[in-house]
Amino acid sequence: MTTDKKKGQKKTFSMNGAMKCGAGIVGFFLLVALFAKQIAPYDPAQMGVPYIKPCAEHLLGTNDVGQDIFSELIYGTRVSLLIGVFTAMVVTVFATMLSLISGYYKGIPDKLITALTNITMGLPSLALTVLLVAYLNPGKTSIIISISLTAWTGTSRILRSRIIQLAEMPFIKIEKAIGMNDFVIMTKHLLPNLKDIILSRAALAVSSAMMTEAGLSFLGLGDLGSKSWGSILHYAFYQNGVVRGYYWWYLPPILCTSLAVTGFMLLGYYGVQKMPGGKKDA
Amino acid sequence: MLEFKNVSVRFRGTGSLLAVDDVTLSLPKGSRTAIIGETGSGKSVLLLAALRLLPEGAVVSGSVCLDGEDLLHVGKKRLQHIRGGVISYIPQGGGASMNPLLKIGFQVGEPLIVHRQKTKKEAMAESVRLLRRFNLHDEDRVAHDYPHALSGGMRQRVMIAMGMAAGPSILFADEPTKGLDQRRIELVEESLQQLKNETLLCVTHDMGFAGRISDAICVMYAAQQVELGTSKEILEDPLHPYTQDMLAAMPENGMVYHGKVGALSHAEYIGGEGGCRYRDRCLYCSGKCQEKPPFAVVGNRKVRCWRYVAEN
Repeated sequence: MTTDKKKGQKKTFSMNGAMKCGAGIVGFFLLVALFAKQIAPYDPAQMGVPYIKPCAEHLLGTNDVGQDIFSELIYGTRVSLLIGVFTAMVVTVFATMLSLISGYYKGIPDKLITALTNITMGLPSLALTVLLVAYLNPGKTSIIISISLTAWTGTSRILRSRIIQLAEMPFIKIEKAIGMNDFVIMTKHLLPNLKDIILSRAALAVSSAMMTEAGLSFLGLGDLGSKSWGSILHYAFYQNGVVRGYYWWYLPPILCTSLAVTGFMLLGYYGVQKMPGGKKDA
Repeated sequence: MLEFKNVSVRFRGTGSLLAVDDVTLSLPKGSRTAIIGETGSGKSVLLLAALRLLPEGAVVSGSVCLDGEDLLHVGKKRLQHIRGGVISYIPQGGGASMNPLLKIGFQVGEPLIVHRQKTKKEAMAESVRLLRRFNLHDEDRVAHDYPHALSGGMRQRVMIAMGMAAGPSILFADEPTKGLDQRRIELVEESLQQLKNETLLCVTHDMGFAGRISDAICVMYAAQQVELGTSKEILEDPLHPYTQDMLAAMPENGMVYHGKVGALSHAEYIGGEGGCRYRDRCLYCSGKCQEKPPFAVVGNRKVRCWRYVAEN
């Protein structure tokens, strides 16, 4: 940690152990998602002999309609990652914008945004998300929207408090004193100083969005067009795969989800390595 | 020409606090004025009030006129032009005054980008020139480095360079020597003495420094101006008891200390109307000091003390 800390002060980008693991895992899944076509041995929709145990031809066996689970899993990576990453982006951008307005301008905008955050935090988020997904047109967009709607609050709160702190720093005062307009101060001077928080919160947002997505898909509320890891689990459960003990069917999606979520969480350690580094004095 | 007319600043909050009480000060073009006073006497607040940089809880009354235009009431666009373009502000201490994540050269050149429509590249080149003017060695390297690579004294000079970047005609410096050693103070002094046509308003509590860089001095005590005159007169022949005590207490003047200088109670310090604020520490305190003394004209300077009113 101490060596990392020293390096962290310099321009060179350095990672701690946890982050390296996380980056490795995330990188692996990204590659899988990108090259799904090349890696997957079968078309995931193609049917065949059902309930084959893992063997040389079907690495992870087949499901109730004879689809290759290994291929399904590989294509499912795309859906799960896509929804996770996009939701995290929407959430982070939205939260950053709101917190900049509320933390920098204070006063009435701050009161309004804080009230909105509090109200949203008070909503039962999973129930609301389930309701929204059920009522909106099925598809990835509506899943992303429904998850984002309640997931931005934490990030926005953390950023707001940091921005309030930063806005009182002399170097922001000076920017005002040299006649800089508010937009430039926010983007050029506040945002770089929030980078650490934003990035680590974004990584955490991906993992929580992936969890929510897996939950929704498991309940059968996922995207019907393309199967995600959650949907594989959904079919395994509702087609009695779990009861009959077809472990090759329900175990892989669970493991993949856990691994990917862990990977993003470890990436979230990005902020931790910077914190004790005394950047404030620099 | 910049004129402060009856400027008062009051901070709302638990019990309102009068931080600046009825200050009137005029700065003709090219003049150099130093405001001296102890911590909390309201000198920094006065500078910030003129640029409207005080926090929201502050209520500013009176007027600050820049060539007839009241800065306290100009529109936001115009204010942004004036800040940095006409009046620049050099903050105290270099410490947190620079963004730790941006290059020094960029920060110094930023006013040029805003006020002189320079490109980033031109601004960078210009900031190297500016840094050279303020004797930072190895300017090219400094410009491409980050603030943590600089010492306190270097940062202070960088801040002055940043203040000068857009070629403002008025310079506000807020304790530019705070926390610096004698050698660095001399360097800052040199930097300020290089200014030729600019109007300078410098807040400090270093009387020697004030004498060397200014031609007029305004002494502030407990939010009020107590003495105003040319530097030479004030430093050689102070009239107000506070100025006298302060000068006598300086090491080079023998650190004379008359023993009456006790701590002021908070109520007295912020005490609004009632009487002379220095009366409890003053050697010449008389019954008359229970009333508020006027800021009386004595010769070609002004003093807030009953002793000089009686003479006239």
